[in-house]
Amino acid sequence: MIRSNLVVSVIRTLRGIGKRMIERIWRLGAGARLFFLTITYSGESFRRFHLTIREIYFTGVMSLLIIVVSAFFVGMVLALQGYYTLQKYGSSEAIGVLVALALLRELGPVVTALLFAGRAGTAITAEIGLMKATEQLSAMEMMAVSPIARVVAPRFWAGVISMPILAALFSMVGILGGYLVAVPVIGVDDGAFWSQMQANVDVRMDIINGVIKSVVFGIACTMIALFEGFDAPPTAEGVSRATTRTVVTSSLVVLGLDFVLTSFMLTV
Amino acid sequence: MDRTTIDLWVGIFVALGVAALLGLAMKVGNLTTGKIGATYSVSAAFENIGSLKPRAPVKSAGVVVGRVNNIAFDGKTFEAIVTIDIDQRYAFPKDTFANIYTAGLLGEQYVGLEAGGDEVELKNGDKITQTQDAVVLEKMISQFLYNKASETNDDASKSESTGKPVGEKSTELGAAPF
Repeated sequence: MIRSNLVVSVIRTLRGIGKRMIERIWRLGAGARLFFLTITYSGESFRRFHLTIREIYFTGVMSLLIIVVSAFFVGMVLALQGYYTLQKYGSSEAIGVLVALALLRELGPVVTALLFAGRAGTAITAEIGLMKATEQLSAMEMMAVSPIARVVAPRFWAGVISMPILAALFSMVGILGGYLVAVPVIGVDDGAFWSQMQANVDVRMDIINGVIKSVVFGIACTMIALFEGFDAPPTAEGVSRATTRTVVTSSLVVLGLDFVLTSFMLTV
Repeated sequence: MDRTTIDLWVGIFVALGVAALLGLAMKVGNLTTGKIGATYSVSAAFENIGSLKPRAPVKSAGVVVGRVNNIAFDGKTFEAIVTIDIDQRYAFPKDTFANIYTAGLLGEQYVGLEAGGDEVELKNGDKITQTQDAVVLEKMISQFLYNKASETNDDASKSESTGKPVGEKSTELGAAPF
């Protein structure tokens, strides 16, 4: 059988795709194992809580600036865009409802997760990757200190604790930004803005669903960041590639999970 | 960065987050208006409740005085039994009217209570006897079409019996035969 060049290259491409798919599935399994090991070794993160507090500072508190400023601008843009369309139908009083529901249900958790993955996720990946590259993790293992209990688990719990707090702050500051654009600048009625919002925002459906989403996104983003750092090749290039992979994977997973969670929440 | 400073900043961070969540629940959501406090429950039977749902408001004079608790179907009388929880502060007389209205033109439906004049008041577990069903759009349209059709039928039968076209004024002396 004569194998032309075209057939050979097609076969080679397919083989490459298959190999990369298998490698991704292998990494997914390794990530799941790390997740279960993290949960198993979590006792120390709570017994020596100062470890977790230190990590909450570096993931949560240091992200406050970007979260608050982004929230402010997102809220202001929502109010502007919403007003522009609503006033054509004479419903400009609904601007409060629009800003609040958009932030609480979707933008709060999702945008916070994306920013968190970009800022805190990359920091975690780079830190753990460098620890692996400088053989600190191996040194810990030599001293019979579990690196997962000492390094990975506190960061995991810090991420899970910080994400809902950051998402709530994002929604709150966003609504404030929307209010500042809608009422003093555009001139929507102050009482109508808040009363319409209070009548239409349901604590169970909107706020608690937003909190659930942010917790799930926190688990996903932190776990992805931790795994990429733990699994990075111990070279400078490997660590930098791992940080980009963290951001890309976290963003895709967050958006996919958002769709799954929203469809689940809207039907139940 | 020593431990006490880190602890302080993390404490402020968590406190801010909890305050934001509480503020969202109280100010932005309707947590405070959800629970009314002590209530007593009363039932009412409707032939058609439209799209009334549990937790729909019960209003009197436009003010929310209670919530719809439960909606059940009575298999014997084929009516919908709606149980409503009314705030304990408000007492309604026994001949209160319970109607189902729609908020706005196509909005959600709620129960409106109109007080009658009876001196005896409704107690926990009582039944409201005067009820009015929800307005179902399809029934209104079919009624309108039926009325329109019977109008044109009446006109057609009238013109047949007198031999005159519809709408022409008839003189007292009668129409000319040609």
